[in-house]
Formats: sequence, C-alpha cells, structure tokens
Amino acid sequence: MKRRDETDHLFDRPENTKRLLTVFYAVCAGLLALDLVYHRHVTHSWESLWGFYAVYGFVACVLLVLIAKQMRKWLMRAEDYYDGD
Amino acid sequence: MGIDVPPFLIFYLAALLVTVVHGRVRSLVLLGTPIVSALLMLSWSMGERMTLDMMGLGLSPVRIDALSRLFGILFHLAAFIGIVFALHVRDTVQHAASLVYAGSAIGAVFAGDLLTLFLFWEMLAVSSVFLIWARRTPRALASGLRYLIIQVVSGLLLLAGVLIGVSDGRGLEFDHIGLDGMASWLIFIAFGIKAGFPLLHNWLTDAYPEATPTGTVFLSAFTTKVAIYALARGFPGTELLVYIGAVMTCFPIFYAVIENDLRRVLTYSMINQLGFMVCGIGLGTALAINGAVAHAFNDVLFKGLLMMSMGAVLYRTGRINGSELGGLYKSMPKTAALCAVGAASISAFPLFSGFVSKSMVMTATLDEGHQWVWLMLLFASAGVFHHAGIKIPFFAFFSHDSGMRTEEAPRHMLIAMSLGAALCVGIGSYPWPLYALLPNAVDYSPFDATHVIAQLQLLFFSALAFAWLKLSGIYPPELPSVNIDSEWVYRRLAPRLVHAAVSATRRLDHVLRDALTEVAGRGAGLFGHSHGATGTMAQTWPIGPMLLLVVALLGLALLYGYV
Repeated sequence: MKRRDETDHLFDRPENTKRLLTVFYAVCAGLLALDLVYHRHVTHSWESLWGFYAVYGFVACVLLVLIAKQMRKWLMRAEDYYDGD
Repeated sequence: MGIDVPPFLIFYLAALLVTVVHGRVRSLVLLGTPIVSALLMLSWSMGERMTLDMMGLGLSPVRIDALSRLFGILFHLAAFIGIVFALHVRDTVQHAASLVYAGSAIGAVFAGDLLTLFLFWEMLAVSSVFLIWARRTPRALASGLRYLIIQVVSGLLLLAGVLIGVSDGRGLEFDHIGLDGMASWLIFIAFGIKAGFPLLHNWLTDAYPEATPTGTVFLSAFTTKVAIYALARGFPGTELLVYIGAVMTCFPIFYAVIENDLRRVLTYSMINQLGFMVCGIGLGTALAINGAVAHAFNDVLFKGLLMMSMGAVLYRTGRINGSELGGLYKSMPKTAALCAVGAASISAFPLFSGFVSKSMVMTATLDEGHQWVWLMLLFASAGVFHHAGIKIPFFAFFSHDSGMRTEEAPRHMLIAMSLGAALCVGIGSYPWPLYALLPNAVDYSPFDATHVIAQLQLLFFSALAFAWLKLSGIYPPELPSVNIDSEWVYRRLAPRLVHAAVSATRRLDHVLRDALTEVAGRGAGLFGHSHGATGTMAQTWPIGPMLLLVVALLGLALLYGYV
C-alpha cells in the first residue's frame, strides 16, 4: 500500500530483499565453515561436535516455533476473552 | 563524608515539588533529581552506612557496598533516561509517581535492614500502580488493581517472614538469608513474586503492557531488578534457584512467539532475561554472581531501549499489536535503528551489551557441571534472539507494510533512546568499567574467539530458522488474540469457583426455603382443618357428648390424683 507521492523505500524492491538474504546465507555458510578450520577451546565434549552451535540454534528455533504453534490450539482465546471481568 | 541525606529522600521531595511547579521548571526538577541524587551517592565511600535508632530497633536506612552501589548507579541511569523519554508528558500523577517509584527502588537497594526493605518494597507497589492507572482505560484500571493486590501480597509475605525471623532471633540485618525455616521461605516467595518466578510471573505480563507508553519504561527498570538485587543479597548459592531460573528462561519464549501485543512480547522476554540472572544467583560462584548482576545492569538498559522504541510506536500510531503494525521503518527510521541496537543487545550479539554479561552466566553454568541447565539456557539464548531480537523489530518496522504513515518519534524520545543505545554499545564493546563495579573480582574475557564464534553461529542459525519458517509460511501469523497463562487461575477459575459456590448456596437456599414453606403450609392446613372457621374445633357440639367428654376428663384427673 504505497502512496503516490512516496519514494521507493529500501524493501519496496524485491531484489533488495533478495540481496539481503543472499548476503545472509553467505554469512551463515561462512560461519559454519569456520568450524572446519578453527578449533574452539571447549569446556564440554558436546561443544566440540562439528557445527554444534549452528545446528543447535537452528533446531532450537524450529522446535520453538512448531511447539508454540501447537500451543495456540490450547491457549489461544478471542481478544476480549477476559473483558467484562 | 557521612551520610546525612539518603538518596530516596531527594526523589520523594522532588515528587512533592513537581506537584506545585509547572512547565519548564517542572521539567528541570524532573531532570535534575537523578543528577543531584547520583552526585550525592557517588560521594559516599564503600562500607559507609546510615544508622537510625527507632523504638529500640537498630535500623540502617542506607548501606553502601559494591552490590548496592552497582544497583544504585543503574537505577539513577534508568530514572534519568526514563525521565528524558517522558518529557512530553503533561500528567502530574505520572511525574510524581515515577519519581517516588524510582526513589523507592533506590531506597530498597540501599536498605541495610529488612524493615527498611519492606517499607520500600511496598512503596514500589503503591507508586508504580499509578503508572498503569494513568492510562485511564477500564482495562488498565482492572489490570492495575490486580497488580497492586499481588504486589502488596508480596510485601505482606516479606513482612511476615521478617517478623517470624525476628522472633526466631535472626535479627533485622539484611544479609545472607538462605533457605532455612519458615521465615526464610516466606521471604524467598516474597522476592520470587517480584522476580517473576514461574506461575507467580503473570502480574508482569498482565500489567506492564497496560501501562502508559512512558510508564512501561519505568516499570520495566525497577521492580524486578530490586527483586534480583534482593535475591543476590539474600539467597546466593541456593541451588533451587538454578532450576527456577532455567525454567524462567525457557517457558516465556513460547508465549513470546505467539503473543500479538509487542510490549507483552517484551515482558515475556523480560522473564526470560530474569531467568538468566536467577540462575546465576543460584550457582552462587563469583563468576556467576558477577554475571547475574551485570546482566541485570545490561537488561535495564536494553530492555528499556526496546520498551522505549515500542512506546514511541504506540505514542505515534496508537497501536502496539504485531497484527496491525509493519512497514514503520519508512516513517520512523531512527526509532527502527535504535530498536535494532536494543534487539542486538538483548540477543547478546558480540560488541553489544547482553553478550558481555550473559556469557558469564553461561560459562559459570558449565563450570559448575550443570550441563542440562546449560542446554536449556542455550535454547533460551537462541529463542530470545528469535522473539525479541527478530520478531519485535520485524513485525513493527518491516514485515508487510501496514500502510500506516506517521512521524518519527519526538526529539526527546530519540535522545533518550540514543542514550540507552550508546550505553548498550559502549558496555558491549568496552565492558571493563562495568566489570570494575561488580561485587567480585573479574577474571573473565568475553571476547576470545571461541565465545565469539560460538555465539555468532548460534545467532545466525537461529535467524536462518526464522527466515526459513517465514519464507515457507510455517511461521505462525500474528493474530489478535489472548493466550491463557497462569493468570487464568485467578481471572477465570477462581471467579468461576466463587460463582459456582454462590449459585450452589443459592440453590440450596431455594430448596430449603421451598421445603420449609411447604411444611409450614401443610402445618397451617392441618391447623386450619381443626381450628379454622369451619374446623372441627369451631363446630357447635351437642351438650350430651360434651358432658360425656368432661366427665371422662374429670375421671381421668381423679384417677391420676389417686394413682
């Protein structure tokens, strides 16, 4: 919904969003690749697993969202649920 | 230099003063109060205390040590930033309430004895509720009332604990308490209510989002951090806190993902951050305590910054639901950028403030062998980036364009947010001045390659998960809704039970009344049958049978007399 007198903003152009995502994916890949060359000084054996933090972060967030989405079935009520208290 | 004027007194006097002055003078009083009080506070040396003998009770209203001073400095900073942010407000109630509230928080952390702590504990409650009521909506009024009741209950538990403790011979000094006996449990629960322990947390997410746009900025700074201070003073090394803290980091993030009101999302995220502090206090090692209180310091600043950015959005657009916002980066680019600094700080990006304190708690957790708790904290770290780091800026400022066009936040709001952002970046890039204020000696370097790479991997892949879920359409949309939380017990279940009890009593009453009425009616019928106008007794009787009856009665009496 753009007004006529408005100039284009950064993300009004889909190619800008695409560019941002490409850079982002590249950084992700680079960070994961770092695990191949750099040995972290770990204090726990789990940490030394290859890509531990990357995989854990990704899986954690996917699980978080999927579980939260299921929780809606139980917990979600209409906005005026408590009105009239 | 001795302590003549306790710092809270300056705030209290200023609160009186703002009720009589107006306009620029009032703004000057508001801005000057935290500055004057801070200068006074910084002139005291460590270990000093102010003592007071009242009715045979040895009270110490002010005690300066590393822990109380750290929180004292923090609260002065928070009060100043909050006041700058709220400069446009023309509401005497809010001005006076925020000064009394900030002063009470400062009074509470400098309290050297439990009775003084109790007084400020209750003052926090009764002053802050006006920041909620000042919204002047029916919803805010009801929410504020619930908030006040719960806060006052926390204070009463504290008082009961203190009194029982005194009768047990514990004394009034506020030092290490530890979980040992009834008195300490009462105090522990009192602290726990204000710290947002699981199931006792719901007052936070109920009331904070209902306060005024500027009120929430003050609220988010003080009450919970006073509780963190009190736990750090009274219950360090209490193992139970490790598990309570771990639960607090995890469960709110699920709610944060599906919550629509963005200030409520931030409040859930606040419980998550409090969890890290509670966990650190429970571990109790020098590193963990340092991490916990440093994180409290940083949290006030970055949570304040995020609350301010959402307050600015609410102030400009009148809306705060994720489902109604989006695309605001076009009209509020500076607010969006400042919000992003807060988001990076709460997510603990290296060079932003959350990183230099949260990593201390994480490291201490693993050092102490709590590997499962550590996994929970790591999960929560990824989750906080997800809901506070990405969701808040994304749904408010980017996402689909809501079509709303408004103005940039007013200048004083931008200044306040810039102050907060500068502190977030400053502490994040150069944490040593903060480390020097911590209660224990610091032997910790946050910026080694291992920490930095691990954290960046965690965060970027959390973001990758968000990008993937969003682009594939799996991510749950923002929906106008209410999510049931523990408040359901006292907002739905308890009223329902009371209602059921009342209607059961009423039914029983009806049944009894009906039965009694019927019995009475029948009795009256029987009585009418014998004694009524046409009843047996009212009939005219012939003389013969009557005489016989009388003789029979007399005969009976005679018999009775002789037997």
